[in-house]
Amino acid sequence: MLHIYCPYCEEMREEEEFSYSGEAHIARPLDPESLTDAEWGDYVFFRTNPRGLHHEMWNHAVGCRRYFNVTRNTHTYEIYETYKMGEQPTVTGGKS
Amino acid sequence: MSQHNRLAQGGRIDRNQPLSFTWNGKQYQGYQGDTLASAMLANGIKVVGRSFKYSRARGIFGHGAEEANALMQLGVGKETIPNPRATQIELFDGLTASATNGWPNADFDLMEWVGKIGGKMMPPGFYYKTFMWPEKMWMTYEKFIRKAAGYGKASLEADPDTYDKMNRHCDVMIVGAGPAGLAAALEAGRTGKRVILADEQNEFGGSLLASGQTINDQPAVEWAEAAAAELAAMENVICLPRTTVFGYYDHNFLGALERRTDHQGMTAQSGTRQRIHRIRAHQVVLATGAIERPLVFANNDLPGVMLSGSVATYVNRYGVVPGNRCVVMTTNDSGYQTALDIVAAGRTVVAIVDVRHNPEGRLVDAAREAGITVKPGHAIIEAKGNKQVTDAMVAPIDIEGDKVTGQPMSMSCDLIAVAGGWSPVVHLSCHTGSRPQWNDEVAAFVPGPTLQQQHLAGAIDGEYSTAGALTAGAQMGAKAAASEVHNQYDCGDESICPAQAMYLVPHTKPVSRAPKQFVDFQNDVTAAGIELANREGFESIEHVKRYTAMGFGTDQGKTGNINGMAITAKNLGKTIAETGTTIFRPAYTPVTFGAIGGRDIGELLDPARHTAMHSWHLDNGALFENVGQWKRPWYYPKAGESMQQTLNRECMAVRRSVGMVDASTLGKIDIQGKDAREFLNRVYTNAFSKLAPGKCRYGLMLKEDGMVFDDGVTACLGDNHFLMTTTTGGAAGVMSWLEMWLQTEWPELEVYLTSVTDHWATCSFSGPNARKVLEKLCDDVDLSAEAFKFMDWREGTVAGIKARIFRISFTGELAYEVNVPANQGLHMWQQIMAAGEEFDITPYGTETMHVLRAEKGYIIVGQDTDGSLTPQDCGMHWVVGKNKEFSFLGKRSFTRPDTSRDDRKHLVGLKPTDPTVVIPEGSQIVADPTQPIPMDMLGHVTSSYWSECLGHGIALGTVKAGHHKTGDTVYFPLADGRVLAAEICSPVFYDPKGERHHD
Repeated sequence: MLHIYCPYCEEMREEEEFSYSGEAHIARPLDPESLTDAEWGDYVFFRTNPRGLHHEMWNHAVGCRRYFNVTRNTHTYEIYETYKMGEQPTVTGGKS
Repeated sequence: MSQHNRLAQGGRIDRNQPLSFTWNGKQYQGYQGDTLASAMLANGIKVVGRSFKYSRARGIFGHGAEEANALMQLGVGKETIPNPRATQIELFDGLTASATNGWPNADFDLMEWVGKIGGKMMPPGFYYKTFMWPEKMWMTYEKFIRKAAGYGKASLEADPDTYDKMNRHCDVMIVGAGPAGLAAALEAGRTGKRVILADEQNEFGGSLLASGQTINDQPAVEWAEAAAAELAAMENVICLPRTTVFGYYDHNFLGALERRTDHQGMTAQSGTRQRIHRIRAHQVVLATGAIERPLVFANNDLPGVMLSGSVATYVNRYGVVPGNRCVVMTTNDSGYQTALDIVAAGRTVVAIVDVRHNPEGRLVDAAREAGITVKPGHAIIEAKGNKQVTDAMVAPIDIEGDKVTGQPMSMSCDLIAVAGGWSPVVHLSCHTGSRPQWNDEVAAFVPGPTLQQQHLAGAIDGEYSTAGALTAGAQMGAKAAASEVHNQYDCGDESICPAQAMYLVPHTKPVSRAPKQFVDFQNDVTAAGIELANREGFESIEHVKRYTAMGFGTDQGKTGNINGMAITAKNLGKTIAETGTTIFRPAYTPVTFGAIGGRDIGELLDPARHTAMHSWHLDNGALFENVGQWKRPWYYPKAGESMQQTLNRECMAVRRSVGMVDASTLGKIDIQGKDAREFLNRVYTNAFSKLAPGKCRYGLMLKEDGMVFDDGVTACLGDNHFLMTTTTGGAAGVMSWLEMWLQTEWPELEVYLTSVTDHWATCSFSGPNARKVLEKLCDDVDLSAEAFKFMDWREGTVAGIKARIFRISFTGELAYEVNVPANQGLHMWQQIMAAGEEFDITPYGTETMHVLRAEKGYIIVGQDTDGSLTPQDCGMHWVVGKNKEFSFLGKRSFTRPDTSRDDRKHLVGLKPTDPTVVIPEGSQIVADPTQPIPMDMLGHVTSSYWSECLGHGIALGTVKAGHHKTGDTVYFPLADGRVLAAEICSPVFYDPKGERHHD
């Protein structure tokens, strides 16, 4: 069971309090109507599925109910950092 | 003869406390401090069960978690427990146990003859290979196979015990309280840090409890007792004996099962029987020790063949010698200690058979001095006997241990003690994905690199000497507590002669022709079976495991795996390091379902949500339906009514006069903020820009793929204030969905969401007389059709309570939903019922609600939709805004090629050709029922009811291109052979012009 630091509560809490919300940093296109079907399809359906470092969104569902970002290793389950919505990761790429 | 294998003195048993127990219907005696296994051995019980596949007689072989044979059926009736190991059952007075298998009994088993005659014909994969044809017969074969094989039976009655769980947090978690664990706990404990020490046995000490060594000149047993007492006195240390750490999960989270009362009786006299500790630790010290390996030789599964260390443990800890004449086979010095212990107990060691050609040193000398015959460069190549060992066939072998080099001789004996070396208990370290690594120096797999805050101490890391384990424990305990080592340990001379790595013992015949040489006792996997698997092309150790079943079952390969891997490596001409190992998963030993369930059973499994009017529903005979966690009235049968009669009565009351349903469970979200209106525009398909205060609007919510995800009515309470309703089951999901958009994509919108589902109670009454009922209770709102229109809401006083009245309808009739604070819900319901009495107001439940809405063709999201229907597929183009400025969620997907296809499945009405028929929900829809199977399927029935007011069955369903097939007849082939037919029609069966709800 993961031990996750909520950047809003500023505490380590048990995984049971959180729910997973998919890949982070997927911006909704500002003007969907101007996109090709392929571009829109890419936004709606396609996500990266890396073995290793991954930026993902979690929700502190039975805590503060805030969404935030986690940089996690999908292979080892190591969590490198958690950061607030709107912030950028400091740990990126290469590491697995 | 009673306890003829019991020594007159010695051991940690209390001879003044005799306990009686029953094994296979016969009564025996043991002592306080015994395990069931030690008591059985004391009484000379040899055969304790039958093997899984060949039904061979099996005896007790180990003394702890490594025991693969002695699985018991413990207790009888509702208390019975299948498959605990006799070696881990503490004896209590009145204990009853029987063999888990064997027919007619374990001692005389008919299936043995099948195994004997057919054994050669039962290679790995036998069942798959043999019972494949004809395919249809497998279900028949399986019944017999399951009966012939397999182990204990679970009780079919409810478990009489209670169980619980406890969350724990600590600085240092120490697993195992042998020398390493105790030394670690002493160091960590003295720092004042929070320490938990857990051990699966009844008392702390591990191997020290059966040791004749000294620690700093103190007998080892006394040192262990003193250490345990010291730790028990430390307030910062939690000592958990009888507690198995069964799983080591991510981020230093461990699961431990504490057996609180199992040693006192079958069920707890008070309190909980077992407890799971959920432990989050900063640092973990694994001091789990090592398990002795058997050697693989012919008939090595005969009762009387035991692990050498286990024999020594029975002698020293339990005062039991499991035989009179023992032959010891060893690859290392530990067999010598066992031989010396047996001799000291006054029994005979016929010989120590050492596979090493030149053993020498301290223990070898001691054995020779004690007059024990040592046979260097020899091995026991075969055990002889029928149901128990009578002879050991001993032969000289070459220095590599590959070949028999001379004539075997027979040694008469009733006990063979086997010392094949030690396998560190790496299981827990594997649970988080760490792969064990082969260490040539100790000829064993030790834990590999890990990301956990994990420290290894003692035999788990290949450190087998007592002083070494104590010292490593002290170091790791201090390190985990971020401190310096305090205690030093000296155990005298522990020098040893190097061990020889050996796994499969050669025979005069090749493996395929020699008598069975067992690798995995619990799964009846033999060296020949592994050889065959390798020959058939199974080379990956993971494949060998699955093909032969090696390492399966409750045993999980504790004793057999390394031997099996070594044999595979040899067959493939590889090293063990190259062959590698399978990894172990939780649980280390079985965990009862009772403990896993804990208190989360029955009523406590999931919270039940009741509305404010629940007591009224109970008092008025409602039957309930679960909708999410809510208990909703399903229908209110009167005496003598069938369900259908009730539904007909409830439906007709609404259509003819007035009925009321408790709609409190609908999700309610209070939305405030200056951008609330813009927010609604973005998440709903239709426009909310112009919705004025006092008005309501029905909206559909889509996911970005354009598929319907929720629906409901939203009321404008003020320019910056809205109340959204959601489906009962979807409420929590919708709330999270809306929050996600506000927090992640549109933080610039000033919108605040509050769930108010539980804050408001909703009485929804509808029917031609609904207004008359409300008029009796409310005089501060103009209720006329002109002033208070359909889809309006008003604030007013109803029955003396300030209420929000919504004129919305899910029945197609004139309807009002009166919302009051939940505390006043019951009062309001009662007042409306009283006011409606003269109109015979009828309470109705969810089932009637479903019928009434289906008559109107109103969808239920999640029943008529399944995440694959767009608003257009549902025939709800009217709810999609065409000219909204913002491209609302899901809109762009409407023009995707697949979403805009004309022949998608559409939601349609289905009118049965035979008006008396109600088509079963879920029925598949086809165009041509005479088509051979598999037929082309057009869709399925999503909702289907008897409509009393229309006098025929009605249904909704999805049909490919259904909107273009109005008037077509489709068919429903049912499982019972009947074929029903229906005509595709509009889903609006009742009042198609929608006049009634506008009245």
